[in-house]
Amino acid sequence: MEVTLRIKRFNPELDTKAHFEEYQVEVEGTDRVLDALNQIKWYQDGSLTYRRSCAHGICGSDAMRINGRNRLACKILMKDLGKKITIEPLIGFKIEKDLLVDMEDFFDAYKSVKPYLMADDAPSSGERRQSPAERARFDDTTKCILCAACTTACPITWTTDEFVGPAAIVNAHRFIFDSRDTGSGERLRILNSGSGVWRCRTIFNCTDACPRDIKVTEAIEQVKRALLYDQV
Amino acid sequence: MAYHRYDAVIVGAGGARLMAAIQLAGKANIAVVSKVYPPRSHTGAAQGGISAALGNTEEDHWEWHMFDTVKGGDYLVDQDAAEVLTREAIDAVLELEHMGLPFNRTPDGRIDQRRFGGHSRNFGEGPVRRACYAADRTGHMIIQTLYQQGIKHRVNFFDEHHLLDILFTDNDECCGVVTYEIKTGEIHVIHAKTVLIASGGYGRVFRITSNALAGTGDGVALAYRHGIPLMDMEFYQFHPTGLYKLGILVSEAARGEGGIVVNGEGEAFAARYAPTMKDLAPRDMMSRFIYQEVKEGRGIDGKDYVLLDVSHLPPEVIDEKLPDVTDFARVYLGVEPKKEGIPIQPTAHYAMGGIPTNVDGQVITSPDGAVSPGFYSAGESACVSVHGANRLGTNSLVDLVVFGRRAGRHMLQQIQETELLPLPDRPEALAESQISELLARDKGERAADIRKAMQDVMMDRVSVVRTESELLRAEREIRDLKIAFGCITIQDKGKRYNTELTEALELGCMLDCAETIIHGSLARKESRGAHYRDDYQARDDTEWLAHSLIYRTEAGMEIRKKPVTITRFEPKERKY
Repeated sequence: MEVTLRIKRFNPELDTKAHFEEYQVEVEGTDRVLDALNQIKWYQDGSLTYRRSCAHGICGSDAMRINGRNRLACKILMKDLGKKITIEPLIGFKIEKDLLVDMEDFFDAYKSVKPYLMADDAPSSGERRQSPAERARFDDTTKCILCAACTTACPITWTTDEFVGPAAIVNAHRFIFDSRDTGSGERLRILNSGSGVWRCRTIFNCTDACPRDIKVTEAIEQVKRALLYDQV
Repeated sequence: MAYHRYDAVIVGAGGARLMAAIQLAGKANIAVVSKVYPPRSHTGAAQGGISAALGNTEEDHWEWHMFDTVKGGDYLVDQDAAEVLTREAIDAVLELEHMGLPFNRTPDGRIDQRRFGGHSRNFGEGPVRRACYAADRTGHMIIQTLYQQGIKHRVNFFDEHHLLDILFTDNDECCGVVTYEIKTGEIHVIHAKTVLIASGGYGRVFRITSNALAGTGDGVALAYRHGIPLMDMEFYQFHPTGLYKLGILVSEAARGEGGIVVNGEGEAFAARYAPTMKDLAPRDMMSRFIYQEVKEGRGIDGKDYVLLDVSHLPPEVIDEKLPDVTDFARVYLGVEPKKEGIPIQPTAHYAMGGIPTNVDGQVITSPDGAVSPGFYSAGESACVSVHGANRLGTNSLVDLVVFGRRAGRHMLQQIQETELLPLPDRPEALAESQISELLARDKGERAADIRKAMQDVMMDRVSVVRTESELLRAEREIRDLKIAFGCITIQDKGKRYNTELTEALELGCMLDCAETIIHGSLARKESRGAHYRDDYQARDDTEWLAHSLIYRTEAGMEIRKKPVTITRFEPKERKY
């Protein structure tokens, strides 16, 4: 079937402001949006720019706004989108070129919650023990692929730079609720600050946007409860 | 042009480079360069597990793991290296746990383990639970955990730098790399005492592949262009269970948990070919079984695919242990694995061959094992060789952790013992001229057409089953494509994020990899592991119990044999 892709283009080397360009592409219903973008880049307009790598939803490179919603281009099929599809870069980040945005602030926010295990010395032999129930408490948040779909879907991040955003909180959650970790206090202090969890207004855009089906809002609420009621 | 000076420069995005970087962080001045952000690496796509003979759920020994690795590799494995791999796997997996990797757990809180293809108890008696796993996203958890450790240790990342060249002194000693900063188009010369290439594989030379679009063999091809031989390039693994037409991987864990592969007649045919291991026969064999079934008309509806059936497994096993792969089937094929079979076909998955190294990651340049000082490789770009003619499932993750770590440690020692070598004159010249030539040409061939033609040639003539006539044809076709590549044009002439340019550079690297795969396949007149020649169906230990080293010379490609190291296990017929 033939579809029209309406793509937001912006090349700071050439353009003063962003504009839309339309491309007609012949696709199969089972093609991914990424396949359609590749078709344009490879056969129509080589300058069209976006990030991509694994092409099956695990590397987190190709989050973008597809018909107004944050999605991975490699995880959305053409048959679910209609004949005219609007594709824009994630909002809230500086556009570097076309659909490719500056991720530095995003990774800085991630790093700010100390996303690594803080723990006492490892046992001299064998693994640290953890029961399946303890492991299950943070299973959901281990799925994060750092694609930024949640953070850039959050209206709070559109209005202020003073919020670490859902993805950073998800990754803090992954350690706060890990029975092996001893850094929860430190991370909770960070998330109790002005840029932390209290900026969240439980809008659920993040949960809707997550391509990994992480219950992002619930994770944020668990962190809030940990702060309020000392429930870790 | 920007100039940098470091003790070590590490190229690549995945687990091997991070494991090496962690050894060096804080002890040496290092730069870690990759064309994608760290968590984007293809290590993250690994699913099923990482093997180590922990014996957490049943008796196991590293010697059994070693035997399986050697036999799985059809005896082309260097057994001293396989011993290092399987011995150190135990400690390496525990180190990952100590770093925070969230493995699934046994009821008593240990790392849980499951079955995987080719992994057996007591030297082949039957399947053993050896694969340590985190649901079916083990690779994702490895890359996340190692990236987290990189952040903790303040590793200096050069993200979105594309490798353009590897630098050697006039005495052929490695002394740095040249990169292209994708964001700005600026060229960087990174001068270093040691260089580690951990840039992964080149599955994208094939049409159907599980590999990321970034899997284009950049480091492998660039080493080759500088006279470094490539080893065992004819051995390319096709994973039996890729999603039909897409190639997306469905982990062997699906069969480890009890899934079976059935043909158009509803028969679980693996038992007919491999009576002991059945569906858990190694990947090269399973791929050939599927090829044979399809060829004899027993594909689904006579087409070129079969079904992977997990519908008989308890729903909670599917949800808890195979959530991602079953989700792929739903998203991409609209199939509900709890009710119906998943259409699958073999998919190009893993390069056993690559840059030859010893067990410390040092690059080897001759059949007697002489090394190129300061030059290292680890992970899929390297060939140690622990995978021989066919890699066992889970052993790629073991490889990158064990040998990434060993390479990092050896580099630290090397850094302390050596001085920085002088760069060649105008080190950036070659890279710069390549780029300016590509940008200057206004008319010419389209890279996408050449890439597609290459992928078709490789898939149709150089995949699961090979013959001399088809290989010769492929050789001619790739030669023509290389000539056509010399006249490609790109539309984007800009400096900023010119990914059309980087894709063109990648294509050049893939064509070099393709050429060596074909050349190695033509030379090896036998069938062993993943290399199956329909015109030479038997393994020939008299002539070919040897690695092939392919050199690029003035006169063309030249092959030299390198002996296989055999310590414990004499070659035997490979039955499962």
